Amino acid sequence: MEPILQVKDLHVSFQVKGGEVKAVRGMNFEVGKGETVAIVGESGSGKSVTAQTIMRLIPSPPSIVKQGEILFQGQDILKKSNKQMEAIRGKDIGMIFQDPMTSLNPTIRIGKQITEVLIKHQKMSAGEAKKRAIEMLKLVGIKNAEARFNQYPHEFSGGMRQRAMIAIALACRPSLLIADEPTTALDVTIQAQIMDVMKDMQERLGTSIILITHDLGVVAGMCDRVIVMYAGEVVESGTKWEIFKNPQHPYTKGLLRSMPRLDQKKGEPLIPIIGTPPDLIKPPIGCPFAARCDKAMKVCERIDPEATVFSDTHLARCWNLHPMAKEVHPNE
Amino acid sequence: MSKGKTLIEVEGLKKYFNVGGGGVLKAVNDISFSIAEGETLGLVGESGCGKSTAGRTILRLYEPTAGSVRFNGVDINTLSPGKMKAMRRDMQMIFQDPYASLNPRFTVTDIIGEALDIHKMAGSRKERKKRVEELLDMVGLNPDHATRYPHEFSGGQRQRIGIARALAVNPKFIICDEPISALDVSIQAQVVNLLEDLQNRLGLTYLFIAHDLSMVKHISDRVAVMYLGRIVELAESEELYANPLHPYTKTLLSAIPIPDPEIEANKKRIIHEDHGNGPIHTDKDASVSGGTYDLENSELVEVSKGHFVSMPKKG
Ligand SMILES: Nc1ncnc2c1ncn2[C@@H]1O[C@H](COP(=O)(O)OP(=O)(O)OP(=O)(O)O)[C@@H](O)[C@H]1O
Ligand SMILES: Nc1ncnc2c1ncn2[C@@H]1O[C@H](COP(=O)(O)OP(=O)(O)OP(=O)(O)O)[C@@H](O)[C@H]1O
Ligand code: SF4
Ligand SMILES: [Mg+2]
Ligand SMILES: [Mg+2]
Repeated sequence: MEPILQVKDLHVSFQVKGGEVKAVRGMNFEVGKGETVAIVGESGSGKSVTAQTIMRLIPSPPSIVKQGEILFQGQDILKKSNKQMEAIRGKDIGMIFQDPMTSLNPTIRIGKQITEVLIKHQKMSAGEAKKRAIEMLKLVGIKNAEARFNQYPHEFSGGMRQRAMIAIALACRPSLLIADEPTTALDVTIQAQIMDVMKDMQERLGTSIILITHDLGVVAGMCDRVIVMYAGEVVESGTKWEIFKNPQHPYTKGLLRSMPRLDQKKGEPLIPIIGTPPDLIKPPIGCPFAARCDKAMKVCERIDPEATVFSDTHLARCWNLHPMAKEVHPNE
Repeated sequence: MSKGKTLIEVEGLKKYFNVGGGGVLKAVNDISFSIAEGETLGLVGESGCGKSTAGRTILRLYEPTAGSVRFNGVDINTLSPGKMKAMRRDMQMIFQDPYASLNPRFTVTDIIGEALDIHKMAGSRKERKKRVEELLDMVGLNPDHATRYPHEFSGGQRQRIGIARALAVNPKFIICDEPISALDVSIQAQVVNLLEDLQNRLGLTYLFIAHDLSMVKHISDRVAVMYLGRIVELAESEELYANPLHPYTKTLLSAIPIPDPEIEANKKRIIHEDHGNGPIHTDKDASVSGGTYDLENSELVEVSKGHFVSMPKKG
């Protein structure tokens, strides 16, 4: 598959009072044309920062891209001027933000916020844009769209705001869609409907999708490949079959184990991963998961593990998976 | 979980909003239920069906259009502002939108400390700081981050600040509005275990609003399903999942995404046909379609012990 996006050795930091928060520490991944890639992982592991860096949307300062390349259709996004970026954003790369309130303007009616984008990027007339905007609102399951068109964001429920934002992102039919927790505030029936809308767009237009989500059920239904992040790094990646049926990294296994199951008996406690992720002001020099890992060995604390490759698509970074691991004594 | 006497009694609660053109939006349209001390009632339903509005109206953050809410037998809508303020300490809400509900100019210490100050629970500066650190640790945040501002945290981290704030004043009743949907599943499990642990230790009572039906099943004793401003089904959680009766409940349960690619690939969803306009009622359009019958003229009927489902009113 020809990649539409290649992220190479990306490092992103934030300058804060106490020092430098190293939020993204060497991300590498690709997204193929027409492919859906899920990014899952610990809360605070750098998923949104990665997405916003691709969109060039995090302000600098406080953020600094320390090193790396982001190639979109072969060209480095990090080298584009602000003006060039403005043209790409919304048109070629669409983004659905985790937080609808910061990306919707509270003082402008919902309808106008959609038509503005259409007029700007698609050069539609006001009349055409209105028709299309109402169509888009209906598509994302907003009832009575004509009346809703004239309402303000605060008059929408949480999930309706999220859908309004999805409508904006999809309106211009971008070739890459970055969806950061697009359906967290939605009930499962509307979530399924929106996933269908995205899949349908993908089938018709060959859209590539990066889906950032905590909902592993959605990942299982919607995605081709899965990238698992922890403390600013990719700790495992593979096809969804590899990740769900044959997870290798202790963090991935812990994540899958901590989900409640519908067939679980009443009163059976959930199994979280004990402990907290490392402070990214002083990230550990070794494996970032070491403090919480029940398989940790001495080497884990000292050296960040290399990737072990299981197939063309599946890799994980853990010393226990390393081909030489058997020669290392546990607890040594 | 020791379930005691009734703590919350909601009766005939309505909250309408005026929308443009003489329309009325019946966001919460005549709901009644009670929650016992130490119990968790799950509240699920379509996006926009009125769950958050119901939560806010119960806490009197919105004045109700009609109906009453009794807390420990006291009708809170009759309380003076002073008495209401004291009552607020016992009734807290974890808000759905962690961004909008945290003051961006306050540090985390100030946000949590403010809750303590309002109810004069802070004590000395040192005690206040210690309590804030304790709360941060409890929700799995690094106490060293207490001097940071909300925008310096990820979505899930901010949600936990909101949880710490709600817990700060030792409430008796907490409305959790999507408290965990922004968190990864391992932290969801941590927070849910924490909520359950606090409930066991302190006898807390929860109204738990969420879309994750597996989690709702896990945490709730009973579950209420809302649709277009009304409760259409209510039952013990095991019973509801094993034996859903209302068409909307069936649709909802059939759409739960299962974290297994094999099951997902073969899944059949029930599609819910709804030709209504949602909860907006204009002068011209006074009725609303709830699928196969007129919701406006429906009532909750107990079909088996403790299992209620909405049906057309007789006669
Ligand atoms: N403006 C900022 N200033 C300082 N630190 C920041 C800022 N924005 C993000 N961070 C930090 O960067 C890290 C990565 O944040 P990011 O928002 O990418 O997490 P995430 O993986 O999207 O988490 P979640 O699942 O909770 O949304 C976090 O530790 C966060 O505290
Ligand atoms: N302040 C307001 N003014 C006007 N309408 C409102 C207001 N707040 C909510 N509404 C409307 O009331 C209805 C119910 O909204 P509410 O936020 O309670 O839904 P919800 O069930 O919490 O949905 P979600 O799951 O999406 O959060 C929606 O139609 C919404 O548009
Ligand atoms: S490298 Fe060591 S600490 Fe890290 S995940 Fe593997 S075993 Fe655990
Ligand atoms: Mg995020
Ligand atoms: Mg809500």
